[in-house]
Amino acid sequence: MLSFIAQRIVKGVIVLLAIIVLNFFLIRLAPGDPAVVMAGEAGASDQIFVQQLREKFGLDRPLPEQLFLYVKGILSFDLGFSFRQQMPVSTLILERLPATLLLTGTAFVISLVLGIFFGALAARWAGTWADTLITVLALIFYATPLFWVALMAILLFSVALDWLPSFGYETVGANYMGFAHILDVAAHLILPALTIGLFFMATYARMTRASMLEVKRLDFVKTARAKGLGDNLIQRRHVLRNALLPVVTLAGLQAGTLIGGAVLTETVFAWPGIGRLMYDALLQRDYNLLLGVFVVCSAMVLVFNLVTDLIYRLVDPRIEFAS
Amino acid sequence: MKKVLRAMLRNPGGMIGLIILLIAVCIAVFGPMVFPNSPWRMAQRPFVPPFTLPTVPLGTDALGRDVLAGIIYGARVSLLVGLVSTLAALTVGVPLGAMAGYFGGRADDALMRFTEFFQTVPSFALAIVLVAVLQPSIYSIVAAIAIVSWPPVARLVRGEVLSLRTREYVQAAVVTGQSNTWIICREILPNALSPVIVLASLMVATAILLESSLSFLGLGDPNLISWGYMVGAGRTVIRQAWWITVFPGVAILLSVLALNLIGEGLNDALNPRLAKDGR
Repeated sequence: MLSFIAQRIVKGVIVLLAIIVLNFFLIRLAPGDPAVVMAGEAGASDQIFVQQLREKFGLDRPLPEQLFLYVKGILSFDLGFSFRQQMPVSTLILERLPATLLLTGTAFVISLVLGIFFGALAARWAGTWADTLITVLALIFYATPLFWVALMAILLFSVALDWLPSFGYETVGANYMGFAHILDVAAHLILPALTIGLFFMATYARMTRASMLEVKRLDFVKTARAKGLGDNLIQRRHVLRNALLPVVTLAGLQAGTLIGGAVLTETVFAWPGIGRLMYDALLQRDYNLLLGVFVVCSAMVLVFNLVTDLIYRLVDPRIEFAS
Repeated sequence: MKKVLRAMLRNPGGMIGLIILLIAVCIAVFGPMVFPNSPWRMAQRPFVPPFTLPTVPLGTDALGRDVLAGIIYGARVSLLVGLVSTLAALTVGVPLGAMAGYFGGRADDALMRFTEFFQTVPSFALAIVLVAVLQPSIYSIVAAIAIVSWPPVARLVRGEVLSLRTREYVQAAVVTGQSNTWIICREILPNALSPVIVLASLMVATAILLESSLSFLGLGDPNLISWGYMVGAGRTVIRQAWWITVFPGVAILLSVLALNLIGEGLNDALNPRLAKDGR
């Protein structure tokens, strides 16, 4: 087990290094001399200042040395400086990270629970109108662009019905404390979390349904039936349990897509997370910040994949540690 | 091929998908001939609601531009980007996967690590960064979508090639002294085609979604109108004018849905054994 964990961590670190190197070259692909761009962003562009910036950020040194300095910087969590926001990139990201974790975490749980529930329902009643309804809805949500779902949710629940707030993390200026504050944040969380959740719910429902129908035909289900077990018990204990493995595998691989969803949803709902930060960086062409967010997102996905990998090994003893 | 087509036509989902896609393709090809006016041109006063004026049936946006014209011209961009970026992803993924599967060993290891790397990186975030750094244009968008979507192709082709490589007819080709390239291109790949076709149709759908998401964030080609751009532009005035965001969104939804349905229909038609069990 330990050697397996060590192996996976080493592999993760290698991928992370590769991402950092990719990032380094992407920054250099960005239009303009970075020093001139930075100087422009800082509001001055005379030659002496540009030269100073070059020296300060090591841009006058040979490329391999620059790369080394860059990697060293990132490993000590120095992601550069955002001249637009006048703050270190790492500070900006750390400030916004909790909101994104709250949003994606909620969306992930909602989509997994409801997706499996509806998928199991459809498989249980395969061929009936309930199955058709769930299948068609899943197909539609699977094809709907996230940002559009977000806008339609605002149109329906905020504009037409006026049930839920349409933007932000909390009511500005309300200064709620304690439980009232939690309720306020929750009300703001519902629409964005459901927006992200809906797409993934459709994915998991389709997968659960297909997987359950597949497991249903296996011999051990026949055995269970021959033993005289009730249909509900067979569905829950034998079919669903075995059908869940591919669903959980799929869910574990969705972390990256979840981040993509967060960028779009946070943009629409003005949710103050790193997705919105990425959008702001995009609007202002703040490349340091943009690429900093990209590195952090990639690192988060890596950690998430590592954790899910470990969980499988614990959940499913059939997967060997040695491999 | 005829058999596949017939099986497709019997599948109601696939049939609906095919019809929607055909309509979309007709709109993209012939629409601009019927609607010669540029979608950027002011056609009426701003914020004309839909279904009120016959000249602008779907209304106008904040600058008085015709929403219907935008949707018609946007169809070109969406379908073209979807198709071209998928073709580009296939030209990267198929050879890489085939080489990994056929040669095995070190080559396989190295190529698969490379593929895994691209699968780990959050794809939409990478696409955003690529388009932003390369500057938004139709070329950078196609390139970015291709770069983030080739890994599944490589993995699929590798798996297929791995299982086909040991077949007798492939070994017979080896014995008769055919070159590796010839064996891969003539003996193996044609037999690995059907799952790739299914995947490709689903990839076109994903590519359309990706393109619209990029355009929505303001990373579209500034010279070409696209559905994602229209939704993004209508976002700020959604409270006054719902139609500017609703109609282009429906257009995206329908095209993506159509392609997904076609993908599933193709899958059922090409793998009849699986299809019967799944239903």
